[in-house]
Amino acid sequence: MNTHKKQGFWHRFFFSLDHKDIGFQYMLTIFVMVAIGGFFAYVFRMHLAFPDMKVPLFGLVTNKDYNMLITNHGLIMMMWLALGMLLAVAGNFLIPIMIGTDDMAFPKLNKISYWFFLISVILMIASFFMPKGGLGGGWTLYPPLSTGDFGYNTPYKGFADRFFTANTFVLLAIVFEFTSLLMGGINFFVTTLNKRAKGMSLFKMPVVVWMINIASVLFMFSVGPLVAGTFMLLLDINVGTGFYDAYRGGDPLLWEHLFWFFGHPEVYVILLPPLGILAEIISNNSRKPLFGYKFIIKMTLLAGILSMMVWAHHQFVAGINPKAATVFSILTIIISLPFAGIILAYIATLWYGKIRFTLPMKWALGAITLFTLLGGFTGLHLGASVFDIYAHDTSFVVAHFHYTLFPTVIFGTYAAMYFWFNKFTGRHLNKTLGNIHFWLTFIFFNGFAFPLFLLGLAGQHRRIADYRQFEFLMQDPLPLYRHIATISAVILILTQFIFIFNFFWSLKKGKRVESNNPWDSNTLEWQTSSPPPHGNFETYPVVHHGPYEYNMPGKDKDFTPQNEA
Amino acid sequence: MNTTVSKKITWRDIPQARLAVWTLIAGEFAIFGGLIVMYILNRIKYESWGEMAQHTNVIAGTVNTFVLLTSSYFVVKAHEAAVYRNKAKIKMWIWLTILCALIFLGIKTYEYSHEIMHGFTLPGKHLLAEGKNVDTMYWGFYYTMTGLHGLHVVAGALALFFVMRGVTKTGENYHRIEAAGLYWHMVDIIWIFLFPLIYLIH
Repeated sequence: MNTHKKQGFWHRFFFSLDHKDIGFQYMLTIFVMVAIGGFFAYVFRMHLAFPDMKVPLFGLVTNKDYNMLITNHGLIMMMWLALGMLLAVAGNFLIPIMIGTDDMAFPKLNKISYWFFLISVILMIASFFMPKGGLGGGWTLYPPLSTGDFGYNTPYKGFADRFFTANTFVLLAIVFEFTSLLMGGINFFVTTLNKRAKGMSLFKMPVVVWMINIASVLFMFSVGPLVAGTFMLLLDINVGTGFYDAYRGGDPLLWEHLFWFFGHPEVYVILLPPLGILAEIISNNSRKPLFGYKFIIKMTLLAGILSMMVWAHHQFVAGINPKAATVFSILTIIISLPFAGIILAYIATLWYGKIRFTLPMKWALGAITLFTLLGGFTGLHLGASVFDIYAHDTSFVVAHFHYTLFPTVIFGTYAAMYFWFNKFTGRHLNKTLGNIHFWLTFIFFNGFAFPLFLLGLAGQHRRIADYRQFEFLMQDPLPLYRHIATISAVILILTQFIFIFNFFWSLKKGKRVESNNPWDSNTLEWQTSSPPPHGNFETYPVVHHGPYEYNMPGKDKDFTPQNEA
Repeated sequence: MNTTVSKKITWRDIPQARLAVWTLIAGEFAIFGGLIVMYILNRIKYESWGEMAQHTNVIAGTVNTFVLLTSSYFVVKAHEAAVYRNKAKIKMWIWLTILCALIFLGIKTYEYSHEIMHGFTLPGKHLLAEGKNVDTMYWGFYYTMTGLHGLHVVAGALALFFVMRGVTKTGENYHRIEAAGLYWHMVDIIWIFLFPLIYLIH
């Protein structure tokens, strides 16, 4: 089983079949995408706060540039960072080793999934360099905005004229990425159901494994219609069909329905894996069993089903039936209940725990605080159509989804990195740099996103390149808020370089782990060597305990490894 | 065998390949399901599509349905041969299945060329000139749905070919015949949905 040998660079990063190597490949690819997405955010935030300024490293931002920057920032962060990091990376690193098996059920399929992901990244980056420039139709790709220069009545001037455009490339990139994640999802699902260690029943699996699997299945069912829809949009652009062309009986609203039928479950696809990661970290660092394990799983399943029925709350002003809006409002508000239940279970886990304020715990608590207090709570407001119609497409919405996505995607990922880095590399991340990174990120994320709430309530619309044309948006203190938001955003982005440095420095020179289980954790990945060999375990573990049996009475230590007889 | 001991069936008793293909089929149904629902909604909205549907070649479609159903029978026979580890028979039945796939694609090509000759192309200039804007979308759906299905026929046939080659060469992995066969049945079933929706409802 242990066939560990030194691998060359090409072998490790292109042809490896090992789930940890493939996870690492995904992670490095996503780092590149995040760097691009973050750079775009920096440029357009600078432009919004200081119009007419030549943004360092970019130059003057024209209106067309601005459209392109916000569109691609959204696409990259949602599709490649969030989905990629939390399904592909988390799933690859965690699932096989946490359920106590040697690798994925289909290692070759896993490798092919990564290659599809790589193709999608290349297509996405190539789209910036098309003759007519990057895509500028908003990340939601609503037609006819996403058909770009090819409004439906533009004469057809040959295939190449339309194929070599950002529109086509972005849509192709999305199709490839979905295919990659679908193949990955099948792999996760089969691995989890079929390859669990002996004795590990479904309800002895760590919550994060449950969460990634539920997210994968949710992704599979919600993305199907959009895959068909993306092909239809590609045909509209390249061949000249009229699926979304009102002149020919098509309906632009159809795309909105397809997109949000995927897009709303997608935010739960993104949310569930971090919630699982938080469950691991909070239970481990409170030294207490996770409160309501089965309750959490049931609430998650309920939320998964409900999430397929709330999509139209993104379209309250798009011309849907007002009666339908009431139904979708009510369903949207109902869906907060299962998540409130999950968060309460986490808080109950903290209750009377022996809390250790380790770095991953700080990220986890930060994520819960921000996500619940500001992200989830403003979601309730926006879910009600009466308020949404007022706040729609303003910075309030931008602030809301940054407060939901940033704590889960970014904080959740960092929590996982600071928690599991030492397992997969055998070295610790530097603690001092980690603390600086956490506090700066926490403070300046709020500094960036909170003013957007105030700006949004004052009526500042998103997707407007220059606010000077609106007098009421230039009154005090609104420009000040914009300056605070922008400066905080820039510091926030710069702060992330601390992490990048810490990551690569610790990879080579970090402090070696003193034991295989530095967090005194129960789950199976901590019961093998750090870094785990190819094949993960010397002998297949046999599971006797649940994953969260901390501080059990009658034990001499406060944790009980799952494979302890 | 002791038949008195009843064993509870767990997930682990399902072979990996079968579970994976079932999951894949669920995903494919989400894709085609979305497409079919969109088609039906539009079909209800635009009555003139019934007239367009009369321009499809029902006889060719019927023959194709028959061909695909027959191929599903062949795949089942191949599975049976795989159960008995009979390489020669596996080869024969899979080749017959692939032959059916090729006949299907051939007839489909004939249909496409026929329709294109009659001016039912994708941008549909001919129809637009007559002011039948709405009807161009019928042909959009026609080509998208049958085209996507045709790609699945190609993929399924390729999968069957490579699985057969692997099995007959190595004499291992007989279960893969079943997995590829399951996928082939899915291709068949999707056609069973598409055929009445596109060809038969006037």
